[in-house]
Amino acid sequence: MFDMARPKALILTAPGINCDAELCEAFDLAGAEPMPVHINRLTRAPHLLDEAHLIGLPGGFSYGDAIAAGRICAALIRTRIIDGLKGAVARGCPMIAPCNGFQIAVQTGLLPNMDKHEARVALLHNDGGRFVDRWVQVEYPKSLCVWTKGLDAGTDTQLLPIAHGEGRFLPDCDATLHALDKAGQIAVRYAADDDPNGSRGLVAGICDASGMVLGLMPHPERYLHWTQHPTWTATHPGGGVDTDSQPAGLAMFRNAVEHVMAHASCTT
Amino acid sequence: MSVHRVEVRPTTDAGDPQGRSVKSTATAAGLGADLDHVDTATVYLLEGDLSDADVQRLAEELLADPVADLVTFGAAAPMASQLIEVHPQPGVMDPAAEAVEAAIEALLDKPVSVRTGRRYDLHGLDAEQADALARRCLSNPLIHQIHDAPHHPDAFEHGHEREIVVNTVTLTTLDDEALTLLSREAHLFLSLDEMHALQAHYREAGREPAEIELETLAQTWSEHCVHKTLKATIDYHGDLPLPIPNIARGDNGAWHIDNLLKRTVAGATYALMADGLDEWCLSVFVDNAGIVAFDDDTAVCFKVETHNHPSALEPYGGAATGIGGCIRDVMGTGLSARPIAATNVFCVAPLGIASVPAGCLHPRRILNQVVAGVRDYGNRMGIPTLNGGVAFDEGYVGNPLVYCGCVGVMPRDRTHGDPQRGDRIIAMGGRTGRDGIHGATFSSAELTDTHADEFSHAVQIGNAMTEKKTLDAILEMRDHVDGCLFSAITDCGAGGFSSAVGEMGEHLGATVQLDRAPLKYIGLTPVEIWISEAQERMVLSVPASNVDAIAAICVDHEVEWCDLGEFGTPGEVLILNHGNTEVGRLSMDFMHNGLPDRVREARWTPPVVVQPDTTIEPDLADTLKALLAHPDIAAKSTIIRQYDHEVQGRTVLKPHAGIHAGPADAAVITPVRGSTRGLAIANGLATGLCSDPYHMVTAAVDECVRNLVCTGADPDRIAILDNYCWPGCDDPERLGSLVRASAGCHDAGMAYRTPFISGKDSLNNQFTTESGETIRIPTTMLISGFGIVDDIRTCVTMDAKASGHVLVLVGETTDAVGGSHLLKVTPDAPGSRALPETDLTRGPATARAVARVIAAGLVYAAHDASEGGVLLAAAEMAFAGGIGLAMDMDAIKGTLASPAVACFSQTASRYLLEVSPDAMDAMDAILDDLPHCVIGTFDDTNRLHSTGLDVPLQDLHDAWANGLGL
Repeated sequence: MFDMARPKALILTAPGINCDAELCEAFDLAGAEPMPVHINRLTRAPHLLDEAHLIGLPGGFSYGDAIAAGRICAALIRTRIIDGLKGAVARGCPMIAPCNGFQIAVQTGLLPNMDKHEARVALLHNDGGRFVDRWVQVEYPKSLCVWTKGLDAGTDTQLLPIAHGEGRFLPDCDATLHALDKAGQIAVRYAADDDPNGSRGLVAGICDASGMVLGLMPHPERYLHWTQHPTWTATHPGGGVDTDSQPAGLAMFRNAVEHVMAHASCTT
Repeated sequence: MSVHRVEVRPTTDAGDPQGRSVKSTATAAGLGADLDHVDTATVYLLEGDLSDADVQRLAEELLADPVADLVTFGAAAPMASQLIEVHPQPGVMDPAAEAVEAAIEALLDKPVSVRTGRRYDLHGLDAEQADALARRCLSNPLIHQIHDAPHHPDAFEHGHEREIVVNTVTLTTLDDEALTLLSREAHLFLSLDEMHALQAHYREAGREPAEIELETLAQTWSEHCVHKTLKATIDYHGDLPLPIPNIARGDNGAWHIDNLLKRTVAGATYALMADGLDEWCLSVFVDNAGIVAFDDDTAVCFKVETHNHPSALEPYGGAATGIGGCIRDVMGTGLSARPIAATNVFCVAPLGIASVPAGCLHPRRILNQVVAGVRDYGNRMGIPTLNGGVAFDEGYVGNPLVYCGCVGVMPRDRTHGDPQRGDRIIAMGGRTGRDGIHGATFSSAELTDTHADEFSHAVQIGNAMTEKKTLDAILEMRDHVDGCLFSAITDCGAGGFSSAVGEMGEHLGATVQLDRAPLKYIGLTPVEIWISEAQERMVLSVPASNVDAIAAICVDHEVEWCDLGEFGTPGEVLILNHGNTEVGRLSMDFMHNGLPDRVREARWTPPVVVQPDTTIEPDLADTLKALLAHPDIAAKSTIIRQYDHEVQGRTVLKPHAGIHAGPADAAVITPVRGSTRGLAIANGLATGLCSDPYHMVTAAVDECVRNLVCTGADPDRIAILDNYCWPGCDDPERLGSLVRASAGCHDAGMAYRTPFISGKDSLNNQFTTESGETIRIPTTMLISGFGIVDDIRTCVTMDAKASGHVLVLVGETTDAVGGSHLLKVTPDAPGSRALPETDLTRGPATARAVARVIAAGLVYAAHDASEGGVLLAAAEMAFAGGIGLAMDMDAIKGTLASPAVACFSQTASRYLLEVSPDAMDAMDAILDDLPHCVIGTFDDTNRLHSTGLDVPLQDLHDAWANGLGL
């Protein structure tokens, strides 16, 4: 059916999407074959979604983030390719949506997509009113998410990079936040003293009820090499290299690729 | 058709961070005392054949968020004492509106016109206060309309068709006075000599010029486009510190310099290329950016530009279009490069000044808006902005400087383009409008208090989305499976189509069909189409057989394109048509070679050094804290954090270093994914030494090299860029200072073996106030550089790493403190008022020795000692890493009498290295007889301490972190 060694990762691009190259690199390093496809091409050739084993909605400023971040892209996805995307998720295709991808995913209904709840969430202007780029302390609660599997083992917080102006998580009501937590759909939280945007419940990322779709404001695709860590020259004084460690960002992509491989090997 | 109005505002639960931002901006501007709070809303005006149900659907599915927004159809009742609405002026670029229009058409399949605005309900203000807030913080009359009630027009203003007439201009019969008047009133800004050359040309042709011809020549001959001052012949009366080849003294005793740029800046590069760097320098001075080899397959290019005059009038749009234009330069280099890094340096007046002359904006507003412009454009383009600086001087009050730089990467077989006879002239990207007309000539003139009125059409707002789509499409064309689809490419910058087509067709000629250009609105004249500097446009030379493939890619990426005509005419002429009418015809040869040269006089008198009668030894701790808090030196984190400096995932060394985020010397990126080879990017600026531009420039080159070397760049693979910003060059003294600076470029370039590969100049940065007073910028030279890092895994940052290590000062400190920050914070400090002079023998030797010590793996942290001197640099290392430091004051002092001078003197070519005591012998062996000594030991005290000095690192960090006050 497909080259088992390299499952295909479809990366959806669109005008203004600009984190597609690093997302391709992430899938590549994790063992998948990245396949960037422009939304206009995908609209003409929706069958490409059927061939994908993994899907990425990259970050950026789709359509300039006019009106609100991800708004126009989400509206176009809803009218053009939402059935294909939902179909892919339904057949167990892992999907990751960092930053602008997350903003798009919550406005297309791909997230939070809860069992028995018609809930909606939003990602709004940061409390500080400004775009901010920095690395933040995050923790990975026990969750359904296939992407963060194993990262939730330790109790230590870890750093991930963020870069956004509209990342403040707001659920439609407190009950939704509670239900997400209870259902194990909160996949990433900001550390209590390092919340960059005023997110309700410190939520940095959520997954859908199947655990396949992860949306998050941090950029795991920008943490694939230890030389991307903000203090790598201090953690490795004198150029000493800790090549055993696996950056958390890369670990997420490896999780998803391993999931696909395991799933494929037991069904074929 | 009617106009529907929709208001969207956040719910109470969602909150209004943008309203809070308005409050804090108002407070910073001194207008916030009575302002209780602000409610904001976005206003959408939709003109088209829309039913109420359509508008309802758009509100629900597109304009509002179901979780976080409230919608009002029409206008909500006022919520506060005052209401202000800000809308773009008709014809001004509104990127959000363009995106919404396209989205609505996609959703409803109906054409609509959209305008957007912002509504502010201001609680607590009276009408006068609200108006002041609107004018000073929320809008700029050049691009915005202010309304004190909800704005709901019955219809939008639209352009109207105009009859095409070919205007000719009377030129051949004019006397000198009339020629001068024509030059000024038609905004040609040409000198009398140049007007004479035009007159002679048309007298010979036996006709008067068409208006479009005169405009084309004015653009082509503008300072902005042709750098005529730097390329002029100059008789220079004054000293040259070192001999410069091919310059001799004439009978009058003056140095006769034919083409200053060629003899100095470029002369050094060509000499270095003849001496071993020719295989590394792939393209210098001829293209939109300079190109050097990165590895066997890849090349990197670098361009830095200024966008000063537009930024003075409309800082947000000026800065955004500045970075946008610089990115386009990189997109238009060779057969297009992918932009991978951006850098910015801003020079503005001190933020604390109470008032500014009429016609100027307050520096706080300028800086905030410039940063926002770069942020919104650079972030949307997906290019990491990872290096820069801000410098302050009162001389920048009327002429802020906005330097924007961009680095690109390209395959080595894509470094040169060559338009072919018969190629189609393809324009793609943004539409052409009336905006940006006369930008090139405007930038070549001096600003006055009335310029905002006269040149409002030169001010523009950028649309990053258009440029990003264009970039995506161009890279797909460049990397096409059948090979690059175009044979040459350039950007439409200053001069618009006139410059782009004129330059590409210089040796071929071209026939241009102006009516084919897509327009923003109807009614543009052929002249306006031809010289408009509307943003986000690229011009490609495309073999006719590839046009279909180019069109298909443009459609996929939603990029507009048009076929403007053909390159190649008999006799190499430029023929301009509109419909069936020929509106102009010019000889390419006269355009490019007809500019008259004249000998200009330049004179240099060395500055007189005045030594104060009495001096006072300042307290070291107080001085150190004052220096750390000086806005030139203080943390720029509030700016840096607004830029995405990690997009593309290439960033290895970021603008901040260490667990407490100290100021990094250079940024390092990986241009080639998967490779460990890196590229370091840095700047050097030494405006404090402007009383002698020679020493200012050599110090800036030295600083740029030091910054690069400190992170691990190879000093034998550093290329640099010059960027002159001068107050004016109209008198011999100021032209003399330009010669002096250029000599500095030559000598430093040769000494450090750092070739200049590209450069730019902006030579009219003076402002004439209402009362006739002239405010001049200090002569400013930004040196930007990039250097190859062989292996990023050996990169070094400036933050201290471990207690027990020693701090080594490499280089010698002198007591020359002229132009130093020490004198800015303690004017009566001891020390000689002479300027420090860069030692062009020892400086390059030290850079190479330090690089060898770093390459040997002996260095844990490296930092250059520049602004604020050794003690300041040591303090930065200590607090960035959170490691205490015991300083040896006797070692720092050496033979100098004053501790303050030893600590804060800004002598060039000095480095601070953190080294393990075990590695001292190995380091000594490499540094050999270069002066160096241990000046401190890192410890666990969390303090910086020594004889007469004991400060917690936290205090030093706080002083530094809070000094900028932005």
